Amino acid sequence: MTRIASSARLVLAVSLLAAFAFVLLGPILNLALWSVAERWYTPHKLPVTYGTRYWEQVFRPTGDAMASLGTSVWIAVLTVVFALALSIPAGYALARLKLPMRALFMLMFLLPQAFPSVAIYINVARIFYQLGINGTVFAVVLVHTTHGLVFSVWIAAAAFAAVDKDLELAARNMGASPMRAFLTVTLPLAAPGILASGIFVFLESLDEFTGTFFVGVPQVTTLPLLLYNAAMGGNYQVASITALILLVPSVLFMLFIERFLRADVLAKVGA
Amino acid sequence: MNLSQRHLGLILIAPGLMLVAALFLYPLGFSLVSAFSKDGSFTLEWFSKAFELYSTDIVFTVVIVVASCALTALAAIIIAGTLTLGENRYIVGTLRALYRWPLFIPFIVAAQCMRTFLAKNGLMNNTFVSMGLIEPLQAVSFLDWRGIIATFVWKQTPFVALLLAGALASIDRATLEAGRNLGASRVRVLFELALPQVMPTLMVALVLSFVTMLSVLSVPMMVSGSQPTMLTVDMAFRINAYGDYATANALGVITYLISAGAAILYLKRGLSEGAAR
Repeated sequence: MTRIASSARLVLAVSLLAAFAFVLLGPILNLALWSVAERWYTPHKLPVTYGTRYWEQVFRPTGDAMASLGTSVWIAVLTVVFALALSIPAGYALARLKLPMRALFMLMFLLPQAFPSVAIYINVARIFYQLGINGTVFAVVLVHTTHGLVFSVWIAAAAFAAVDKDLELAARNMGASPMRAFLTVTLPLAAPGILASGIFVFLESLDEFTGTFFVGVPQVTTLPLLLYNAAMGGNYQVASITALILLVPSVLFMLFIERFLRADVLAKVGA
Repeated sequence: MNLSQRHLGLILIAPGLMLVAALFLYPLGFSLVSAFSKDGSFTLEWFSKAFELYSTDIVFTVVIVVASCALTALAAIIIAGTLTLGENRYIVGTLRALYRWPLFIPFIVAAQCMRTFLAKNGLMNNTFVSMGLIEPLQAVSFLDWRGIIATFVWKQTPFVALLLAGALASIDRATLEAGRNLGASRVRVLFELALPQVMPTLMVALVLSFVTMLSVLSVPMMVSGSQPTMLTVDMAFRINAYGDYATANALGVITYLISAGAAILYLKRGLSEGAAR
């Protein structure tokens, strides 16, 4: 009797797991199908003809997608450079130096993520418009940097806090200047955590839609904006291919994040 | 060293803070001023206009976000609970490998996935028809409020489940084992012994998800095109169609208040728990 009950439970568990897998992966599978569907209309349950015509169209060197991919990557690289230039000193100060109102400063970096952002972005766009920088790559980079700063500052602070203080003191005792001790001891030891924060900021920038939608239009077309335009224009194939391009780095990051962010650093994030 | 540590610290942190001040605090102030003033004097005119035009959408937004958070919490508890208390290691292993997939997928990609998956002739309905669960004529499109909720839950559950599973893994196993040995079912152990200990983590994850859902523009725009819609879409519409910053900012202040409501509920709970201890 218990055997029957336990095998019934197993069957139930396996079918629930299968349903879960369908709900989780079905949408991604549907996207992948659309990217290789040259013709797909009702009542056909699967594409009528498969092909790579749209992939060729998207990856043509002169195509919109390649230009958007270039813009997206360029903006993301600049955003990482800006964010790290701001967050390495800030993270070091938060981790190592005596700061008044430290908790308040930590909170300040979180605020842009903790507020509904559309209302902020419409006003940023208005301010940028008055300054005459709306629709420039620079404006988009500024918005992405502000948005990503909480990750880069908090993770950099955690990475610096995880570096053993005695190693720095040893370098100082052997006559290294504070700057030299920082550059040759502290920074290299914190580098993996900072690299992880850089990857995080890069992805956030690559995926960002709302800020770019208000600040970047009409001149700056990143991949998410191209995806939006294609989807709203009814071109499911181009939209799906663009979505797949954006999907790859996200999934890779999900699979490898634990390699980049060590547990001792992760435990100190936000502390 | 002629520079005190305190000064050096402030100098190092200042550039980052200045960026946040310029691109967050200043626009925030701008939105408040714009929502509450007309030609330099105080007015509530924009709020009455916002309520007049968009009261349905305000209710719609709150209902969508609350329902999505509730379903996300439920799904995350089931996943994290199975990961912690599951006894069949194949099922636990498969679930662990599966559930995190949408974690870093951008909302706009999730929206495009769901636009294809939940459509009248999407993969979901087609699969149901093939399995004989529904008749072809019964297939309906889910691209309305249900689609928005489905997308939000699909996207946010891994995040909440990840934090919850992490918190559950760090609580004292002995209590859980004791509960099991005394004959409590796994569901009871989860809800009565394990969950109360990780409630703060669950609440933080849910408040963050709540604010995130209130900020997303792409999902309501792409998944459900028609009325009623969410406040983010209304704000974008006021700006793009009319250049009407005042009403858009009034709607913005309403979204701040909704998210502040969530934060206050969370803080109040934390305070009463602190007092109880």
